[in-house]
Amino acid sequence: MRTSNQNDSDPDQDVVFEVRDLEVTFGTNRGESRVVRNVDFDIYRNETLGMVGESGSGKSMTSSALMNAVVSPGETSGEVTYYPPDGGEPISVLDLDEEELRKFRWGEVAMVFQGAMSSFNPVKKVRGHFRETLEDHNRDVEAGLERAHQILGDLYLDPDRVLDSYPYELSGGMKQRALVALALILEPEVLVMDEPTAALDLLMQRSIVSLLKELKEEYDLTIIFITHDLPLLTKLADRLVVMYAFDIVEIGSTEEILYDAAHPYTRSLLNATPDLNAPIEEMQSISGAKPDPVTNIPGCSYRPRCPMADESCAEAEPPMADRGSGHRTACFYHDDVADEIPIPAMEAAEEGGESE
Amino acid sequence: MSVDNSILSVDDVSVHFTDSSGFLGLFGERQTVRAVDGISLDIGENDVVTLIGESGCGKSTLGKTIIGAQEPTHGSITYRGQDIWEAKNSRDPDIPFSEIRRSLQIIHQDPGSALNPNQRILTSLMLPLKKWNPNLGEEERRKRIYALLERVGLTPAEDFVERFPHQLSGGEKQRVVLVRSLLLNPDVILADEAISALDVSLRVEMMDLMLELQDLFNTSYVFISHDLSNARYIAEKSGGRIAVMYLGRIVEVGPIEQVIGDPQHPYTQALKWATPNLYEGDEDDDLPIRKIDIPDPTNRPSGCHFHPRCPKAREVCKTNDPGAFEDENGHAARCFRADDTHEYWDSPSIVDD
Repeated sequence: MRTSNQNDSDPDQDVVFEVRDLEVTFGTNRGESRVVRNVDFDIYRNETLGMVGESGSGKSMTSSALMNAVVSPGETSGEVTYYPPDGGEPISVLDLDEEELRKFRWGEVAMVFQGAMSSFNPVKKVRGHFRETLEDHNRDVEAGLERAHQILGDLYLDPDRVLDSYPYELSGGMKQRALVALALILEPEVLVMDEPTAALDLLMQRSIVSLLKELKEEYDLTIIFITHDLPLLTKLADRLVVMYAFDIVEIGSTEEILYDAAHPYTRSLLNATPDLNAPIEEMQSISGAKPDPVTNIPGCSYRPRCPMADESCAEAEPPMADRGSGHRTACFYHDDVADEIPIPAMEAAEEGGESE
Repeated sequence: MSVDNSILSVDDVSVHFTDSSGFLGLFGERQTVRAVDGISLDIGENDVVTLIGESGCGKSTLGKTIIGAQEPTHGSITYRGQDIWEAKNSRDPDIPFSEIRRSLQIIHQDPGSALNPNQRILTSLMLPLKKWNPNLGEEERRKRIYALLERVGLTPAEDFVERFPHQLSGGEKQRVVLVRSLLLNPDVILADEAISALDVSLRVEMMDLMLELQDLFNTSYVFISHDLSNARYIAEKSGGRIAVMYLGRIVEVGPIEQVIGDPQHPYTQALKWATPNLYEGDEDDDLPIRKIDIPDPTNRPSGCHFHPRCPKAREVCKTNDPGAFEDENGHAARCFRADDTHEYWDSPSIVDD
């Protein structure tokens, strides 16, 4: 069956997560709100996968679904298959019961959320959080705390000082790094990070990204990093997933997405991204409003904002077109997009590179 | 650093906050945070100054001090030659304090909490006009509001003014707040992280709008941001200056092209590293700072305050506090490295590896 379906996994890749037909819906009094729609993608072992999109594009919901962690009354359907390392039995994450989920989360897949402040219990010292996590998962507490020391040190923190502090005694950046250490304490395979740096200063953000790269190598991690900060993401991610209107519109290697983006939305997003090198007169916003999760736009969901849209975009939803080497995009006109929507910053960088 | 026709002149201003609360004050030592420490800055007509730095560097406090919302503990701020705080405290100033207050406006980061949720937009916009232009009739006020709303793209204005804040998007709310401050025809608007809460895709549009309105209203902006690329965009587009703050001081200031293109201070260089560009080669991924965390502001490092984090620090930086070295273009940096003949160059390095 592998050959017939274009959504099948790349056989050359060691897949850790396989997501198929993923849907997340919420019932609202205005009707059914579909916040993730028919999402298909794979996550490869030991890669850093970046997910980018406007707020409300479905990226957080998609990542929560990886751990079957969509909060009620949200309904998750489709298939999420996790492949443990060393050829263990594949796990269908959406079919796990409470007890299995409890073991799966944190032990196999850990998650770091945006607000580090609210992830810690304010009346418990940081050491208590580490101890509690280790005890709950029946791990060797002493060995675990030893590892905590090491990870905290890797994150440029003074381990004893941090472990002996209450959360309020740490700055935002220190708390966020302590939270990363806590997420890694059970030696998970996969680390999901949802806007982990959004509330931090830019110097702290960039430093954490730099440290994450080192952690990933040291602890053999697969990282899924969700953010709307595209420039930061490109410094970390091997591959990028671009989400728009609750579905993936483009996926590919970071290089491909930066230099050969084939979806009008991706290119507009690149053009709307502030860049110290970009000629300022060329930078522009994406006009039009974000889509509503309750309404179903027939055809291509980006059509109302797309400068290239025509009648055919209204008639059918564009399928994912394969552009080779794992680069796929949902646009009928993916071959023409580069000519229609130039990226001045890219051209400026290329010209600059030539003249130097 | 002076500007011709300056509207506001900040002269050696410091703002110190001393903790004197509670019983701890009886036993412990009083702790002083020097949020702003001896800063001088002039703001001219139609000027744009962007302040940038990490949280806690004092940029918001400096901003508030500039518009007269925070009284400095030392130094003076003069508005068109009138000392702001003298105007407030004296009985017969040349320019009354209320007039100064009207001329210096602020836009906050979160437009949601800057608008009264229980008031229609019209009410929120009418009130300041009524207060400052009591002679204007209702019809006249309404006309002005409509004209300005349409100018910022909130059309049809008749429809928007009847809405409540929760019926507007974040970008629309921020426009309403911008309109509200512009209605008073201010000389200077302090935009404190005014676009940080907006979606990335809307930021450029909002900055463009602010600059368009600057031409129309002859307003100067003090633009506070933690984001170098936004600061660069607005400063470059307006031909303005950028000032980099660290622990209460301006460590580098000058025309945007020079500060971004040729940063002199290692801290500015680190900020530049922290603002990655989409299109650039694989740059050095090593941290350009030795410590990630900012030192305790109540106990600032000796000498150059940046020396414990600075990758270029030498012995002399531990003891000597560098002054500002200014070049002929008005580009100044508080770092010994900006002075080719300084004893720094003979001092031994304190960087381990």
